[in-house]
Amino acid sequence: MKIAVCIKRAADMETRFKIAADGKSIDETGVKFDIADFDGFAVEAALQLKEKDGTGEVTVISLGKDTVQETLRKALSMGADKAVHLKTDAVPADALVIARVLAAELGGGGYDLMLFGRMAIDAANQSVGPMAAELLGVPCVSAASQLGIAGGRGTARRELEGAAEVLEFPLPAVVTIDEGIARPRLPSLKGIMAAKKKPLEVKPVQVGESRVTVMKMELPPERTGGRIIGEGPDAVPELVRLLQTEAKVL
Amino acid sequence: MANTFAFVESLSGALRRVGLEAVTAARRLADATGGGEVHALVMGAPGILATAEVIGAHGADVVEVVEHAGLALYSPEVVAATAAARIGDGSYRAAFFSASAQGKDLAPRVAAKLGASLGADVTAFEASGDAIVVRHPVNTGKVIATLSITGTPVLLSLRPGAVTAERAPRTARVATIAPAIDPAAARVVPKELLAGNTAKLDLGEAPVIVSGGRGLRAPENFKLVEDLAAAFGNAAVGATRAVTDDGWRPHTDQIGQTGRLVSPDLYIACGISGAIQHLAGMRTSKTIVAINKDREAPIFKIADYGVVGDVLQILPVLTEAVRKAKQSH
Repeated sequence: MKIAVCIKRAADMETRFKIAADGKSIDETGVKFDIADFDGFAVEAALQLKEKDGTGEVTVISLGKDTVQETLRKALSMGADKAVHLKTDAVPADALVIARVLAAELGGGGYDLMLFGRMAIDAANQSVGPMAAELLGVPCVSAASQLGIAGGRGTARRELEGAAEVLEFPLPAVVTIDEGIARPRLPSLKGIMAAKKKPLEVKPVQVGESRVTVMKMELPPERTGGRIIGEGPDAVPELVRLLQTEAKVL
Repeated sequence: MANTFAFVESLSGALRRVGLEAVTAARRLADATGGGEVHALVMGAPGILATAEVIGAHGADVVEVVEHAGLALYSPEVVAATAAARIGDGSYRAAFFSASAQGKDLAPRVAAKLGASLGADVTAFEASGDAIVVRHPVNTGKVIATLSITGTPVLLSLRPGAVTAERAPRTARVATIAPAIDPAAARVVPKELLAGNTAKLDLGEAPVIVSGGRGLRAPENFKLVEDLAAAFGNAAVGATRAVTDDGWRPHTDQIGQTGRLVSPDLYIACGISGAIQHLAGMRTSKTIVAINKDREAPIFKIADYGVVGDVLQILPVLTEAVRKAKQSH
């Protein structure tokens, strides 16, 4: 089975974010970057499907500046077989523009399965995977927390609010991966050494005009909490009084 | 004059609250831009027609209803094709979807079919010249982006709770229409709805969330969290990743960076130290209460009200006090 996984390089969400001088972007000084959370789950899902199958190939694909090669190398060190860097200096804010670039790459690849993370943890649009599927004209299941492939068909479980659903679909298909399938494995030393020799193809791409423009980025107001009202069960009457009279939520 | 579209989400034959929020949002945008009609679409198994009246009462001028036995479960391809066929007639400036599990699956499919721009998971919106300007939390809510979106139409998925559904009575024209593709022809086939406990309030919709962490020490002690939620009567139960990883609670209850992002009126964190990944999921709650043994726990830095102590001792007392307070209303 040929599997492609589209991954994004994203800031570590433990970062204390600062807004850059332009007021429209994040100040990247000193910020750590890694494979975006859900994309890591997608890489792990792909590797497990390949291992279960006993045969196949996992290709990781990322759009962005040269720095995404570090992220692709990490996926290679986890066990992916090859990598494609779709090179551009500016990743637009328009999910459809990104989906078009990725679909153009995926379309010629002959992949049986094309995986994405459920959402990019930074932009949080949760849109690129289903959009790419539509552009490719292939079936799509989004936010799968379980995924099984057998006999050219897939079965996925997707979490809804307070419920879940099970869907079946034929391959080739796009599936976006939610948490629940597996924790991403850590690269081994052997994996890191092997990754250096694996192919990483760089393809310059033209991205289309974005109709989504960032006008402003700002930090939400700080919470001014931090009020300890007492200790142990004795504090309960005061807590209830404050919830009734001050917060008015009881 | 351009019209505004609202996709009205339903599940198992019932409208979801987010569906009516989409209608209210469409009405607001239509009114703010000088009128124009609100056209709503609702799809489901036979019987869904009965929901048209309440959709009209929330401000829709036209309610189009697709009733089909093959739509008892959400069928992504059928719903996307039908919504795209409706919105694609060129008469709409904006189309509202819900940023729910279903809507986040649907809206990007429709946007790609139409080549339309999508503003995803928006918490605020307004028309500005030719553009729609939206606010959208990014980086797990630690940064708020203001985006300008152009194109016709602009699709928007609205974060649950971003607007409150309001009545704006209209006598809607109701029409039943056929799905754009036969559900039997869909490639992605919904097989089963695993309903879980449907009586349980969803984390995204509950005004109160009582959430538990490792401080509860054992899975059976989650009963104390459930008891407190029951005492409120309008509360859902959440959990930290540590707890769902250990199998104490289902994965779907997890609140945090890779779980649910919630903002209830009241969030009670029980035995939760406040790892940054958990805070990412609940820091926008309006009022936060923390109960924890460790006075230095980071949760106390963001809590409006903190109680230091053993959650196993405090919860039964709090539950009883809440029950009494509720009874005296």
